[in-house]
Amino acid sequence: MGMTMTQKILAAHAGLESVEAGQLIEADLDLVLGNDITSPVAIKEMEKMQVDGVFHKDKIALVPDHFVPNKDIKSAEHCKCVREFARKNDITNYFEVGEMGIEHALLPEKGLTVAGDVIIGADSHTCTYGALGAFSTGVGSTDMAAGMATGKAWFKVPSALKFTLTGKPSKWVSGKDVILHIIGMIGVDGALYKSLEFVGDGIANLTMDDRFTIANMAIEAGAKNGIFPVDALAEEYMKEHSNRAYKIYEADEDAVYDAEYTIDLATLKSTVAFPHLPENTHTLDEIEDIAIDQVVIGSCTNGRLDDLRIAAEVLKGRHVAKGMRCIIIPATQKIYMDAMEEGLLKIFIEAGAVVSTPTCGPCLGGYMGILAEGERCVSTTNRNFVGRMGHVKSEIYLASPAVAAASAITGKISGPDEL
Amino acid sequence: MKAKGLVFKYGDNVDTDVIIPARYLNSSDPAELALHCMEDIDKDFVKNVKKGDIIVADKNFGCGSSREHAPIAIKAAGVSCVIADTFARIFYRNAINIGLPIIECPEAAAGIAAGDEVEVDFDSGVITNVTKGTSFKGQAFPPFMQKIIAAEGLINYINNK
Repeated sequence: MGMTMTQKILAAHAGLESVEAGQLIEADLDLVLGNDITSPVAIKEMEKMQVDGVFHKDKIALVPDHFVPNKDIKSAEHCKCVREFARKNDITNYFEVGEMGIEHALLPEKGLTVAGDVIIGADSHTCTYGALGAFSTGVGSTDMAAGMATGKAWFKVPSALKFTLTGKPSKWVSGKDVILHIIGMIGVDGALYKSLEFVGDGIANLTMDDRFTIANMAIEAGAKNGIFPVDALAEEYMKEHSNRAYKIYEADEDAVYDAEYTIDLATLKSTVAFPHLPENTHTLDEIEDIAIDQVVIGSCTNGRLDDLRIAAEVLKGRHVAKGMRCIIIPATQKIYMDAMEEGLLKIFIEAGAVVSTPTCGPCLGGYMGILAEGERCVSTTNRNFVGRMGHVKSEIYLASPAVAAASAITGKISGPDEL
Repeated sequence: MKAKGLVFKYGDNVDTDVIIPARYLNSSDPAELALHCMEDIDKDFVKNVKKGDIIVADKNFGCGSSREHAPIAIKAAGVSCVIADTFARIFYRNAINIGLPIIECPEAAAGIAAGDEVEVDFDSGVITNVTKGTSFKGQAFPPFMQKIIAAEGLINYINNK
């Protein structure tokens, strides 16, 4: 029986010729990731293990990004714990404020994730690296601890859903609309325990940043991972960012999928997920007037350079609505610098937006844009659960950077064509 | 091993943000996390939960963030078992890895109401609704996961190996 792309990568890392869905395997890890929230718990767990140190100092990435620059004393203690652990174990890839970024934007940019890798991260959006043809999945702190100590993790081999993407998306439709459309189709548990495998000639019409956004939100459909084939664009990205050797895996022609879907990207419209689940999707043209108080453009989902360019194209020469808070967060220091050199930050500030240093901040209701009771936010982030960005009676509408920027200008959920 | 307690019942898609909101994630102390467990979905949970009580939920329990703080908070609040129609996969892994017993059983999720007294036999997978006099067969763990649970978590399991 043929294997999916994910199954082939897992088989190779388990030292097996083939694997099948449901099989329990132990796989070698190429990278183990943690952040300032999950790493302290993992470090505590690792201390209980009878090991001298980490399995490989170059194959662990520690990225304080959720509550940094430290938002309060307790967060500062967590970051201190991670910093001291990194120092003690001589961790190569520890990223301090000033050189950091939101982990899932930072690691591909630093060349730490490439095609063919098996990566676990104690952060659910670790699935992002599937955009480069890697198997990557989110785990908890104990798995991270075991991974740091042994370089291995156990997996149940997933079955897969196949999405064939065709056509070219229209002007303001981007990766966010594609993944919101998919989550709306199959639901927040539509891919539970499964892989989302993307194929088709439409992928050539998606930028790398679009693909990162799509793979990033695979978890929002319950998926174990999302994965893209490695094409010329992905190879170009890896050659530009990494000196690591990558390995290209392709699904067998007779691979078996639990279900297959075809999506013509040309038919997709700007899509918004209403509170309080990412599956509550509506296309922009069917939305009545919904007044909003805040816009957030950023996060591991949509804080990359393409996202900021789109936001700037919409905001240029315009001003956010009176009383609107528009918060823009470049995902990494490099993206921040590139946006500055391209003049994007000037456009944002002139439009009345604030620009922040990289942080997950408001996405998970940490800081830097918390909502009060009854407030509504259009956000390019990934979750709109109850209380996710603040008060339990606040509301989050998930959307693309184009829709978020246009909404900031009008003060209600809008697309750029309405300006 | 058995668990017995009164049931707290929830619906579909209980996410880890409502199990333990991120505003409390500046702590990783189980006792402190337990004080805010389920706060954004059921503010009386912490006041009412007693040691040994059981959470029963519908589909996709524990979806969202990978925060292990979610099963840690539930366990530290005194909950002896979580029964659901289905679990989100990271929560499922995390619960096993920290030794919080969980069982997938759609029939039990449908046939148990808030306040019912329920007994769970982990060896047989049998879930008994003592209040209603009904019983259900939960899905047994594969042997590999049973070993992790028997060792009371992944770290002990690896240490014992």
